[in-house]
Amino acid sequence: MASLLDVRGLTKHFPVSRTLREVARGERPVVRAVEDVTFAMDQGESVGILGESGCGKTTTGRLLLKLVEASEGTITLDGYDVRALKGPDLKRFRRHAQLVFQNPFDALNPRFTLRRSIAEPLLNAGVPKGEWDDRIAAVLKRVHLSGVSDLMEKFPHQLSGGQLQRVVLARALILEPTFIVADEPVSMLDVSVRAGILNVMREVRETMGLTAIYISHDLALVRYVAPRTIVMYLGKIVEDGPTDAVISRPLHPYARALVAAVPVPRVDQDRGALPITGMIPDARNPPSGCRFRDRCPYAVARCAEEVPALRELAPGHRAACHLL
Amino acid sequence: MPEGEVVGLVGESGCGKTTAARALTGVVPANARIAGGRVTFGGRDLLAFGAKDWDGVRWRQIAFIPQSAMNSLDPVYRVGTQIREVLRHRGGLGRGESDRRVDELFSMVGIAPERQQDYPHQFSGGMRQRAAIALALALNPRLVIADEPVTALDVIVQRQVLDTFRDLQVRLGLSAILVTHDISVVAYACDRVVVMYAGKVVEAGPVRAVLEAPSHPYTMGLYNAFPDLGRASGTLVPIEGNPPDLRDPPKGCRFAPRCPFAVAKCREAQPPTVTVAPGHTAACWRLDEAPQLRQLAREEQTWLRSSTSAA
Repeated sequence: MASLLDVRGLTKHFPVSRTLREVARGERPVVRAVEDVTFAMDQGESVGILGESGCGKTTTGRLLLKLVEASEGTITLDGYDVRALKGPDLKRFRRHAQLVFQNPFDALNPRFTLRRSIAEPLLNAGVPKGEWDDRIAAVLKRVHLSGVSDLMEKFPHQLSGGQLQRVVLARALILEPTFIVADEPVSMLDVSVRAGILNVMREVRETMGLTAIYISHDLALVRYVAPRTIVMYLGKIVEDGPTDAVISRPLHPYARALVAAVPVPRVDQDRGALPITGMIPDARNPPSGCRFRDRCPYAVARCAEEVPALRELAPGHRAACHLL
Repeated sequence: MPEGEVVGLVGESGCGKTTAARALTGVVPANARIAGGRVTFGGRDLLAFGAKDWDGVRWRQIAFIPQSAMNSLDPVYRVGTQIREVLRHRGGLGRGESDRRVDELFSMVGIAPERQQDYPHQFSGGMRQRAAIALALALNPRLVIADEPVTALDVIVQRQVLDTFRDLQVRLGLSAILVTHDISVVAYACDRVVVMYAGKVVEAGPVRAVLEAPSHPYTMGLYNAFPDLGRASGTLVPIEGNPPDLRDPPKGCRFAPRCPFAVAKCREAQPPTVTVAPGHTAACWRLDEAPQLRQLAREEQTWLRSSTSAA
């Protein structure tokens, strides 16, 4: 089966401001936000991208949607060469690929009624006005907001966080996209309403046959919505496999530490030291070889010399470590 | 709050946990007043304090770490200088003494003492949070109140900061109140927990008792809504509805409008706080049926209402 999304060697370097010495030497320092990311996704698949702040997960999501231009690599989505898109093709692509924003409290224009916010994509895509009411009604039903009376005439400040996130989701879905990237879709919401949003997202994905990427720092949430997880560290994929396997048998030393650190709401739990030391290095000067080596309890000389390749170690389970 | 324990004050946004914690230090917004109740600290009634009395208590006896403490360090001063300032001016320490104390505080919270020459931007988020803890500990307070101390941090760093608290509790006999929305923070680091909902305490007790055998339906629901990697199935059950508008709170139990077990009485009168076991209290009209309600609360069906209602 052909992949819907195929990403190869995706790399993004952001230029950073230079010191006088760097200017004098003609150096152009960069933050290596995303480095040589390669993966593929099937139609209808949903994948979680997991990692700590600064690991490049958000940049990866934005690169896939062409909200940020890549430095190197190829992105093929549903036959589109995403990096080469322009003009009418780019506009068509935008209908198919949508982003669900992280913070519902500032993803909506405070001076627009919710109807206007939800309808904005219809306007941009040139959908005839006669269809708007039906489209809006249908999308509200999908996100379970249709029971709320005159909601559409309200303004964002009149809604709760859970309702706002449903509106944000509705806006992303109104053009019936085939691919969505949800960046930390519930991290701003209270626990008791999170579950409701995740349930809606799961349901929508199934009924619309969406291909989805969920970006999160929270493995427990990724598990809830994505059967496959990609773990990133300092711009690189370190592990990619079935979510259950990543949780129960993480391969990469970083994934092991990350899984061990996930907080659980139980009194009886392991409070031992994590198998990790130090903190995330500067992305301007990542360590040579394996980027995790200076925090890895198992690192050997080879880890500093050679960049470990992402290898398939079990069916559908890849990891990038020399020692596996 | 017993001395030498870590107590979690847990609840969702708007439940009043931060307001309650701030009121303990006598710091409330200009449009707020402490309308009633009593706060006794080491035998003294804090609410009767004047500005002068507070001077001797704030920071010296009760230290408060605000929610965005990691962003509250002054960017143009070295981190060590900022801690030294507190020691010199507030603590009255001499130059040599305060230098020694800064070294001590840095190693106490797990930052290399050389790093006191750094500016805040050279610190990672976790280090800044630890520097904020060091700042709070500067004058050897008996009680530290930390508002969401790990919320903005990544899981690995979060774990390291919580370990710092646990370590200080063991080594210094520190008493701490951790204000948080996260039950797993409570489960990991606290001895006791106080659960708040819509401005009121609904349940309080030892962490094990409250998490493993909750007596209040809100606590039961919160636990269900919480992701747990160790739980076999991945189902998360939301609590339908929203917290009430506190300008016009419900007449009876404030959780009744969202409670799957609410009966007529719950909507009419506020339930009293009852001791269900030594050191474990809850405020619910149906406490006698708690074991049966716990059973029911484990079933997803209990929490599902008309699926069209919006959360």
